[in-house]
Amino acid sequence: MKRTFALTTLTAALTLVGATAFADGHIDNAIKARQAQMQLYAFSLGTLGAMAKGDMDYDAAAASAAADNLAAVTMLHPGAFWPQGSDSASNDKSRAKADMWANYPDVQAKGMALGEAAAAMKAAAGTDLAALRGAIGAVGGACGACHKAYREPAN
Amino acid sequence: MKRFFLSLCVLALFGGAVFLWITRANTLPADTLEGLSADATRGETVFHASGCASCHTAPGADSSNAPELTGGQKFPSDFGTFVAPNISSDPTHGIGNWTAIDLANAMLRGVSPAGQHYYPAFPYASYIRTQPQDVVDLHAFLATLPASDTPSQPHDVGFPFNIRRSVGGWKWLYLNDDWIMPASTEQLERGRYIVEAMGHCGECHTPRNALGAMDQSAWLTGAPDPSGKGTIPNITPAELSWSDTDLTYYFETGFTPDFDSAGGHMAHVVENLARLTPEDREAVTAYLKALP
Repeated sequence: MKRTFALTTLTAALTLVGATAFADGHIDNAIKARQAQMQLYAFSLGTLGAMAKGDMDYDAAAASAAADNLAAVTMLHPGAFWPQGSDSASNDKSRAKADMWANYPDVQAKGMALGEAAAAMKAAAGTDLAALRGAIGAVGGACGACHKAYREPAN
Repeated sequence: MKRFFLSLCVLALFGGAVFLWITRANTLPADTLEGLSADATRGETVFHASGCASCHTAPGADSSNAPELTGGQKFPSDFGTFVAPNISSDPTHGIGNWTAIDLANAMLRGVSPAGQHYYPAFPYASYIRTQPQDVVDLHAFLATLPASDTPSQPHDVGFPFNIRRSVGGWKWLYLNDDWIMPASTEQLERGRYIVEAMGHCGECHTPRNALGAMDQSAWLTGAPDPSGKGTIPNITPAELSWSDTDLTYYFETGFTPDFDSAGGHMAHVVENLARLTPEDREAVTAYLKALP
C-alpha cells in the first residue's frame, strides 16, 4: 500500500515536472517566435524607411518586395505566438504586459490596424517615393499604438 | 526664566512666520498677461509641444487631433500615485471656467485658482519657462476641445506628502525659470524651448534627488522608470549615437534606427512631436546633439 502510494506520488511528481518543462519550453518558444515576427517587420521596414529617410535611393522593385513581405507577415495567425502565461509578469523574456490578455478585443483591433496600414503600404510602395512616404507614417502609428499600451519599458 | 519663555515664543512665532512665508502659494503678478491676445491656432502647437494629451486623456485613449482631456491616467512615484485630473472644457469637472491667468498660474507657478499648490507630478518645474503668450494661446485652444463630465479622482499620496503646504517648501528649494543649457543659435533656442520648457523632456529623462527634484547636473542622462520596471534612457550624445536624420525621423514616425518603434509613454511623445513642424523636430535634434 505504502509502495503504491509512493509510486503514485513519484509518477505524479514526474508528470508535473514534465508538464512544467514542456510548458516552459513551449512558452519560451512562442516568445521567440513572436519576437522573430517583429524582426521580420523591422527588416522590411529597414528598406522602406531607409528610402523614406533618404538614406537609400528609391527603387520601386525593392520597395515593393519589402512592402509585400511586410504585409505577408501581418497575415500570420497570432494565437499560437501569444499563449497565456507569456506576459512580462510570468516570463522575464517577455515585455508584453498582462493587460494584453485582459483586453483582447482592443489588441485585435490594433492588430487589424497594422494589417490595414501594411496593405496600404503594399499598394503604395511601388508607385513612387512620395506614396511610400505617405504610407509609412500609418505603419509607424500602428506599431506605436500597440507598443504604447502593451509593452513594458526596456531595461 | 520668564524672559526665556518669552524669547522662545518670539522665536516660535518667527519660525512659524518664516514657514508660512516659504510655503505660501506664489502667484504671478496680476498684469502678467496684460495686452496679450489669444490665437487658438498657435495654441494648438503649444498644446502638442507641451504634451498635454499624453497625460490628461483617459487611460488607453487613441491619439486624436481634438482629444477629450478626461484624466484618469495613474502615475506611480516614490511619494504615492498621482492621478491626472480632468482638464477638459467642462466648466464643472474640467477647467472650462478658468481664465488665462488661472492657466498661467497653474503652468508657470504650480498654483490652482483656489490658491492651492499642485504636486510637481504636473511638470510646472519645466513649464515655468513657457512664454506667457504661449499660455494665452493654449488657453484659447483648450476651450475648443470637447468637454467631459467625468469627475477627477483624488491622488493616492501618504503622509507627509499629502500636506500640500509642504509643496511650497519644495518650490522654494527647486523651482526656478533659469535655462539649463546655453543656446547659441536661433535653432538651438527653439530646440531648448521645446525640450526644457514645453516638452518637459527632463521630467522623465533626468534622474531625481531624494525629494523628487530633477538633478540638473545629470540633465537628460536617463533615470529609472517610475513605474518600477525598466529604465528611461540617457539621451545625451554620450549614450545616444543616432544620426541627426535618425533622431528627427524617430520624432516623426517613432521608428528607431533599427526599426523598432517607440513604446510606452514615449509613443505618446512621438504622437505629439509628429504634429509639430519638421523645423521644430530638427530643432529638438540640434539641441540634443549639442548636449555635453
